[in-house]
Amino acid sequence: MTPEFILSLIVFLPALATLGIMLIPSEQKDAIRWATLVVTGVVLLLVFGVYIAGYAPNLAFDPEKSILQSFFNHSWVESFNIDYFMGLDGISFPLLVLTAFVSMLAMGASWSINKYVKGYCILFLLLETGMLGVFVALDLFLFYVFWEVMLLPMYFLIGVWGGPRKEYAAIKFFLYTLFGSVLMLIAILMLYFSSDLSDPLLMPHMEKCYLNVQAQADATAAMSKRIANDQSVQPIHTFNIMALAQIGQHTQQFDGFGIDPATQRPILFLGQGLQWWAFLLLFIGFAIKVPSVPVHTWLPDAHVEAPTPISMILAGVLLKMGGNGILRICYPICPQGGYELMWFVCTLGVVSMIYGAFAAMAQTDFKRLVAYSSVSHMGYVVLGLGVWSALARNGYSSEYWNMGVQGAMYQMIAHGISSTGMFFIVGVLYDRVHHRNLNEFGGIFDKMPYYTAMAILIFFAGLGLPGLCGFIGEVFVVLAVWKFSYLLAILSAAVVILTAGYILWAVQRVYLGPEYKGPHGDHLTPSNLRENIIGTVICVFAVIFGIFPYQFPDGRPSILKYMDATIDAQVRDLAEWTRETDAANRSTAATPTPSAPSNVAANK
Amino acid sequence: MNLHDLVSRLIIDTRGAAGALFSAPTVDSSLYAFFPELVLCATILLLLLVRIPRWGWRVDTFWIALAGAIVALCVAAPWDHLRTALSATDAANPAAVTRMEIFTGMLVYDTFSVYVRSLLLIFAVLLVIFTKITGIPDREDAPDIYSLFFGATIGMCLMTSANHLLTVFLAVEMASVPSYVLAGIMKGRRQASEAALKYSVFGAGAAGVMLYGISLIAGLLNTAHLPTIALTLADKFAHPVPPSEVMVLVLAGLLISVGLAFKLSAVPFHFWCPDVFEGATAEVNAFLSIASKAAALALLVRVAVGMGTIPPKSYLPGERTAMQAKAGETQLQTAAMFNVADEPAKKTTDESHSASAKTPQELLEPVRSFTAKLIAFFAIITCTFGNLAAYGQNNIKRMLAYSTIAHAGYMMMPVAAAIAMAGIDATGAQRAIAGLAIYMAVYLFMNLAAFAVVALLRNAMRSEDVTDYAGLIRRSPLTVICFAAALFSLIGLPPLAGFVGKFAIFAALVDGYQKVESAGLPGFYLLLLLIVGGLNTAVSLFYYLRVVKIMTIDEEPRDRPPLSYSDVSLGGAFLWVITLPTALLIVSWEWLSQVSLAAARYLF
Repeated sequence: MTPEFILSLIVFLPALATLGIMLIPSEQKDAIRWATLVVTGVVLLLVFGVYIAGYAPNLAFDPEKSILQSFFNHSWVESFNIDYFMGLDGISFPLLVLTAFVSMLAMGASWSINKYVKGYCILFLLLETGMLGVFVALDLFLFYVFWEVMLLPMYFLIGVWGGPRKEYAAIKFFLYTLFGSVLMLIAILMLYFSSDLSDPLLMPHMEKCYLNVQAQADATAAMSKRIANDQSVQPIHTFNIMALAQIGQHTQQFDGFGIDPATQRPILFLGQGLQWWAFLLLFIGFAIKVPSVPVHTWLPDAHVEAPTPISMILAGVLLKMGGNGILRICYPICPQGGYELMWFVCTLGVVSMIYGAFAAMAQTDFKRLVAYSSVSHMGYVVLGLGVWSALARNGYSSEYWNMGVQGAMYQMIAHGISSTGMFFIVGVLYDRVHHRNLNEFGGIFDKMPYYTAMAILIFFAGLGLPGLCGFIGEVFVVLAVWKFSYLLAILSAAVVILTAGYILWAVQRVYLGPEYKGPHGDHLTPSNLRENIIGTVICVFAVIFGIFPYQFPDGRPSILKYMDATIDAQVRDLAEWTRETDAANRSTAATPTPSAPSNVAANK
Repeated sequence: MNLHDLVSRLIIDTRGAAGALFSAPTVDSSLYAFFPELVLCATILLLLLVRIPRWGWRVDTFWIALAGAIVALCVAAPWDHLRTALSATDAANPAAVTRMEIFTGMLVYDTFSVYVRSLLLIFAVLLVIFTKITGIPDREDAPDIYSLFFGATIGMCLMTSANHLLTVFLAVEMASVPSYVLAGIMKGRRQASEAALKYSVFGAGAAGVMLYGISLIAGLLNTAHLPTIALTLADKFAHPVPPSEVMVLVLAGLLISVGLAFKLSAVPFHFWCPDVFEGATAEVNAFLSIASKAAALALLVRVAVGMGTIPPKSYLPGERTAMQAKAGETQLQTAAMFNVADEPAKKTTDESHSASAKTPQELLEPVRSFTAKLIAFFAIITCTFGNLAAYGQNNIKRMLAYSTIAHAGYMMMPVAAAIAMAGIDATGAQRAIAGLAIYMAVYLFMNLAAFAVVALLRNAMRSEDVTDYAGLIRRSPLTVICFAAALFSLIGLPPLAGFVGKFAIFAALVDGYQKVESAGLPGFYLLLLLIVGGLNTAVSLFYYLRVVKIMTIDEEPRDRPPLSYSDVSLGGAFLWVITLPTALLIVSWEWLSQVSLAAARYLF
């Protein structure tokens, strides 16, 4: 079995399965639901069986390697150098597993959907294809297509099956994301047209570019011509994310929007170079998805109005796409932009954490509270990704930043489990009493004991209690920030208290107390088997990943070990880049050419 | 040159060789290149004459029209002429299409004419089938309407290959006059008559203004032949030009742009468009919105490129046949045909070489800069206004009229980029026009699908109000899915084909910005176009999505009469035939890109 086949199968199986589901008569709701659940299950089994258990020879994911695995790269649209390029590494693999896992859980929670089941299941599967594709695509065009493919199913899933203000929430979600992705498209095109694979500076880094055979041959030929000073060489543009990262880190191609013929210096736009602009545009696009304050306002609406399973998907997977994009695209491709904007990114992260926590505390709607807790928790992710502590004063050590990024990634996985669980928990309650007003709950413990036990454990996981999955990411991020800025570290550590505040208060108002006095009290039946299974699975993972974050007692890797090598390599590259850039800046400052821009002139 | 010489050269120009027959001209003669138009002319004659004999009334003229359109398409043979790589030796083959000025330079026959003409003919085939399915026109009116359609199509074919300002004017009129009649084709409907009247008054005014601009140009430069205009202008700009002449030139350019803007329905010359679209039938709207727009854009390319650049090497009719015959010097002499361009061109090239070291192409830079900025200005206001005005519309045809206006704005953007790049990088300019060509092809299918749904629903429910579509997905899900796909494609969302078009256009703008800036010229307006295009994409989401929302999310009205339309019908099948290309293009669009590049190859 080739990597092409397996990875394409995993990504496109849900989309292909819709064709089969269309043939089932729409009256047979259970058949449709089961078929969809089986499809999501097959995807999860494929991911697990091939890459973790290693049933397919040579394809098992090796956590020790920092390079791409199971990758393939074929030319797709030659005239625009677009590749059909997918692969796995320590960043994308855990997220791929998370997506497959959350999708199956969410489908399991979809039995409460009774309206237009067939349409729901078809859209759900299309959504899954989009999500899986985003994490494995390594070509910017392909990535963008998958990124947008999710929008349409999501719009309908919120808009048709949502709550009372569903239309408003759905279009708000759609507009915000579309606005962000238009900015992304602009940045992607700018990077594409500035990139040139025939730059001899790329020569030592060719194997990290993962070009396809044709592009590799073309680039090498053009490179030797360029070295021989042949002026006729046409630049070779690329959408390949790995190659763009090498170009961004090792050449001057992204310094400006072309070279000014008069001064031979890069052309700036409003005083900033291409890296700065591309980083900013891409970051805005991803920050909308994360979501970061101030572009987070779509999230509470979308979460509250979406049906429970879709909220699970939203919180569990969709938000991670933003973090994944920042980590995989923004920083490697535009290090200069990230370097100049690091305070902006970190401040945004801390503001999101604090603002999200306070906003959560003020909510009376249970689901809205959980939604704002997502804003707060995803703030850790932005902060962890952005703590560029590999600075001169830290001796360009990549260690702390590495810790921050690992914390951010861990937080994404942990949040994927705990927030999925929290939305599920809220959904179970809402299915029974049809309201979510925190002030009208109380005394649920009496009526639904097993459910309450699960709920409290999941909420504690979200709170970041040591021993549960939420703790590891938070502590890593806070520790990493200490080397970057004391102020931000203190602020981010203090958020833990706010988090504890709103979660404990919510638990107290909903589950404790003498008895339930709100509406529909007689509907409060104990949770059924299906609900118990889903909840228990989430609880088990929350505990496992809280106790064994790095590896299991028998040496088998857990989450951190899977991402360790890749993140370490990436952060080390960027730390090295910082050292070189700073050195270049110093030498420029020493020479008497103050008008020349920083690292460009020095590197020439 | 005596009369006998002149006549014999004209004969060679028409038939390709002195000995060729009118019935069998050589492959590189004017007549041969003009065959598709001649087929259309013959079809019109047949359509009109068939009613003269008594049995003629029983003939269903639909079949004649369909056969005529298909034969014309086969004669145009895009699959033969748009092969990708044509080397210099290939191009010398008389049968290959390169750039050839036919009919004494009045028209130009190159791959771009082949491409746009083929699109027009494909559209004609689809439109004829579409009118048969929707039942407008009825049998009695059919010959008249088909001959009007074809008459306008001939005019549009002439627009795509106009090489002389006189043919520009004649072609515009030839395309417009039948359109005026078509707008009022629903006899006895007040709105239709109003539409026709408005259209013709507007059209006449715009044509008059354009004619005035043409007379200014011709008066000042002593020629109306576009390549000669370019040479004469280059000659003028070699020396300082008196301000009064610049004034006249600018005025002429603006006046001609009025005529073009009217055909493009560019703001502020768009006022006819919504009213005409509301009054005319959806079938006619499709014709005006697609064929007319494609032809107008091709004409814009012809005029802007023709005036602003020195054309690449051009063959004369019969030249290559004569060369192939290898009959020596004397034979070649007879093959050099009379051409309106001959004499002034020789004079000017001599002068410009002695006057300055700059090539004529460089001397034309101010003309290109002016043209590109003018087009960019029109594109920005057209696109923005179209999208904003569409938001408030409740009549679906009015909404699609504004959407057409907005799309005209998008499609003008790559033309601006191409003109701006023309003197700097011919390949970049070709790619920009190729982007336009991709968009045109995609636009044909998605817009035709939208109008087809409007026509089918009009037949089914006698209404064209968006609000009457409420909850339609419950009645005819497949049609609604097609309509939604067409509308999402118009927004430009992946994975639908509209995204491919938009991607190609935005790519041209980014490429243009970087290349123009790198050449030391101001390119800011191209970046502005890109930003405006991107924001407009987000704005356009509102009104397209509103229609989809009404059809899918809104409740069905209780008092709706039963629809006389089923998904499973000829109409439904037709819808799927034109929607599937829109949905599946993303899988592989390299071929379209190659064909478009081939189409743009001989423009610069």
